[in-house]
Amino acid sequence: MARDLNIRFLHEHDMNSKNTLEMPLSPESRVRGQAARRARRVVEALIVTVLGTSTGITLLVTAAILLVLGVETVQFFRQEEVTLREFFFSLRWNPLLGGEKHFGIWPLLTGTLLISVIGLAVAVPMGLVTAIYLSEYAHPRVRAVLKPALELLAGIPTVVYGFFALAFITPLLKWLHEGFNSYNALSAGIAVGILIVPIVSSIAEDAMRAVPNALREGVYGLGGTRFDAAVKVVFPAALSGIVAAVLLAMARAVGETMVVALAAGSTPRLAYDPRLETQTMTGFMVQMAMGDVSNFGVEYYSLYAVAATLFLMTFSLTLLGAWVRRRYQEKYE
Amino acid sequence: MSEMLKTPVNAGASATGATSPVSSDPVPSSVPAVRVADFNAWYGEKQALKNIRLDIPACRVTALIGPSGCGKSTLLRWINRMNDTIPGARAEGLLKVHGSDVFAPDSDVVELRRRVGIVFQKPNPFPKSIFENVAFGARLHLKLSRSEMNGLVEWALKRAALWDEVKDRLHHSALSLSGGQQQRLCIARAIAVGPEVLLMDEPCSALDPKSTAAIEDLIWDLSEQYTIVIVTHNMQQASRVSDITAFMYLGELLEVDETERVFQNPAHPQTRDYITGRFG
Amino acid sequence: MNDRSGHPLHPLLADPALLRARLRPAAGRHRRERLFYLLCLAVAGSAVLILVLLFGTITIMGLSTLSWQFLTVPPSPSAADSGMYPAIMGSIWVVILAMLAALPLGTASAVLLEEYRPRSAWIRNALHVIELNITNLAGVPSVVYGILGLTVFVYMFPLFDGSGKPVVEWGVRYYDQFYNEADTVLLVPVSSLDAPPVVPTTGLQAYDANYRPVTLRVIGPDDPWPEDPERARVTLRSTDMGGRISEKSWHYFCLPFGRGVLAGALTLALVILPTIIIAAREALRAVPDSLREGSFALGATRWQTIRRVTLPAALPGIMTGSILAMSRAIGEAAPLIMISGIVFLSNPPRHLMDDFTVMPLQIFNWAQRPQADFHLLAASGIIVLLVILLVFNSIALFIRQRYQKPLS
Repeated sequence: MARDLNIRFLHEHDMNSKNTLEMPLSPESRVRGQAARRARRVVEALIVTVLGTSTGITLLVTAAILLVLGVETVQFFRQEEVTLREFFFSLRWNPLLGGEKHFGIWPLLTGTLLISVIGLAVAVPMGLVTAIYLSEYAHPRVRAVLKPALELLAGIPTVVYGFFALAFITPLLKWLHEGFNSYNALSAGIAVGILIVPIVSSIAEDAMRAVPNALREGVYGLGGTRFDAAVKVVFPAALSGIVAAVLLAMARAVGETMVVALAAGSTPRLAYDPRLETQTMTGFMVQMAMGDVSNFGVEYYSLYAVAATLFLMTFSLTLLGAWVRRRYQEKYE
Repeated sequence: MSEMLKTPVNAGASATGATSPVSSDPVPSSVPAVRVADFNAWYGEKQALKNIRLDIPACRVTALIGPSGCGKSTLLRWINRMNDTIPGARAEGLLKVHGSDVFAPDSDVVELRRRVGIVFQKPNPFPKSIFENVAFGARLHLKLSRSEMNGLVEWALKRAALWDEVKDRLHHSALSLSGGQQQRLCIARAIAVGPEVLLMDEPCSALDPKSTAAIEDLIWDLSEQYTIVIVTHNMQQASRVSDITAFMYLGELLEVDETERVFQNPAHPQTRDYITGRFG
Repeated sequence: MNDRSGHPLHPLLADPALLRARLRPAAGRHRRERLFYLLCLAVAGSAVLILVLLFGTITIMGLSTLSWQFLTVPPSPSAADSGMYPAIMGSIWVVILAMLAALPLGTASAVLLEEYRPRSAWIRNALHVIELNITNLAGVPSVVYGILGLTVFVYMFPLFDGSGKPVVEWGVRYYDQFYNEADTVLLVPVSSLDAPPVVPTTGLQAYDANYRPVTLRVIGPDDPWPEDPERARVTLRSTDMGGRISEKSWHYFCLPFGRGVLAGALTLALVILPTIIIAAREALRAVPDSLREGSFALGATRWQTIRRVTLPAALPGIMTGSILAMSRAIGEAAPLIMISGIVFLSNPPRHLMDDFTVMPLQIFNWAQRPQADFHLLAASGIIVLLVILLVFNSIALFIRQRYQKPLS
């Protein structure tokens, strides 16, 4: 293809030079050519400006997020009822009750972590084993069924998982054990876990498939089984991608909203009992959005403080994931 | 499958009968390390090997040469059943390593590959430390104490003429080594599990001349204890390192003899054309 | 040739008996291999099982209440009469608007990042920062975008007072609405929402319920009510009090946007923008360089090459990515709940600033109620949502199969 085009290029070039030799351009047409060239340059510059502006908007979005969260969070800490010390050290989160309001982030934070950890406990083993299976074992025909099934799981709206938690997982848990509340952390955590399985499995699988086949052959050539190749060589070689996958999945779990809003309940508590109601940062944000809260009260600003905390968490997880991927990626020829 | 089981007796008898149309047992001294007879192999519908009959003597270097696509790598990769992993690849016939049938139902591919090591065209060290690379196969197969493992790794690296270059950085990544060093590391890795046969699939084609010379010396040196089968595109290399040369063409084995004789006085016109560079 | 000598075998490997004693039995390794394979099968199978359970639960619960009526009536306090018509229309509005905003922006960004290789190191670094930034934006939880949209689009803080009430408006008329004793409606136009209440006086220009201009006649509180129906129709008593109503046309527009369709759509556009950029970049990257070089070789400028060669070649990929982004937008609830809250609507949106709800929000609304009847409705809503998503994904798949021919 490239060679073909080169030839065509030379051909055109020949024609042009012949033109200039046989029919010298009149001064008038040369001017016209210059005008056209100038017009073209203006158009190009204009286009670049438009494209650059569009691209710049992505930066603007980040700036807006930082600015909005930052300014309003500062407003939050300026309120009389709130101090930094209370935010970071009080163990109660109670912004809505009339009399005594408390603004300690810990209950929301532990609720978020509890559900994320349950989610990861489901998703990491499932996702990684699925990734190993898809990348190292599965027959192409099985792959052709399983991959779309996982993509389907990934494409289902989160509110559907929330409903599934409420309508299937919670009744199942209550049937298994009587101590479960109608809203509980475990049910929401499991649903979040199912939700992030495709993230773990697809990124981890990509990382493992990027490991060159020569390494697998090396293991087989030494008398290793598929298990040896997958677990002792391919998995460690893909570790940076796998860690990145887990970090991204964790960021997703931390920011997951609809599932926890439906299934986890709305009582912030500093508890690690997965059978009980709990509230996450995102759950609190939804609760606030559903209620009619005045636009300037301390409750309203607490929304931004919580959002800022959430953003900081997911942002650092995403950055960490990208960094791990770049820093520890094995380079093969 | 049942057909395959029946063949050994017949094939063995005919091979000792010296009626081979291809060669008359070039090294009669000992029992062959690898015996191939009536061997056919396919990739899907395409037949890659036709009626191969070849005895590979122990503790010698046997070179498989021939133009691209002649089946020499296929034959090599069937000796330790590396081709099992390729979808659509199948084979029929007799293939014995030190008397045990490679395709027998009770033959264990894991144990087979321990006994028949392989070194690939491109060095493929694992992304682990130099030490871990050598210890990898040994860990799979052997129960060793820590000090025994250290001793084994040191021995294998020395045997592969790599020890002096890496002894101070055993725990550095193997990927930091040069291409030639990586290939010697792969050889060290292969011999650390105690193989009898070493298969080498164009082991120098990705290396510079200096590294190639080092590997060739090593191959020659290793043949003291190991039966070595090497596939090569390089005529000079075949003539330099091998005792026996087998010439393959379009899936058939045309000629097997002592290397000197094959190169100086080839029996087959195709062989002559190939080694004088008229095609290939 | 040199001699072969001088290297003894390792003592362990040299003695077959010793070696055999140290060999790990292959049977154990094969058993582990088989067990691991079974584990893989079980786990992969459980992923499929979950999918089956999920669809099974939803189908069993939702199929009974799914009907044509469900699609065409608004929600109601009684579960049996409820439907999701406003939510379906709301989803359509919001998603189309979001795509209109995000697709050009996303494609333009992708074109700049993929097609322009600036020579200046400074600009290259800037583009690198932008790339990193896009990756990070893709990881921002959608509920945070909701907060952003709430502040920037709904309230337009700090440009306006933060109450979210319209300050600048186009395409709206305000009336004070009176009911007289003959039960007819009379509308007296006023200048703005905050204008002082109208005191009815005779001769005041007003409109009847069908917006036909009429002239008011006002009588005292104790005067007899006119006999003539034509007269009675335009008569008010001087003590009658009007109620302020607004008449918004389809092109009604206001600043700040308030909790309307436009604010929701723009927020959603921000959510899917990174997805679209990433998909469009991949599609552009898949266009072989030889095509671009061919175009340059013919003397085309950068932009001509992009418009005539690169973009058309990448179009199926961009479309596939956009449709997938669109299906993400359809299912997204968290950012929109920040914008619209939970509202009961019996009408679909009529203009860009109108209140709205979308399918996932309606589902959420039903699912969080304690009554089981509403859970069935939620399941029916999910079926509708999933069918729409399935159609979208099939279209994307079709485009990918049909048009994405290898180009090199």
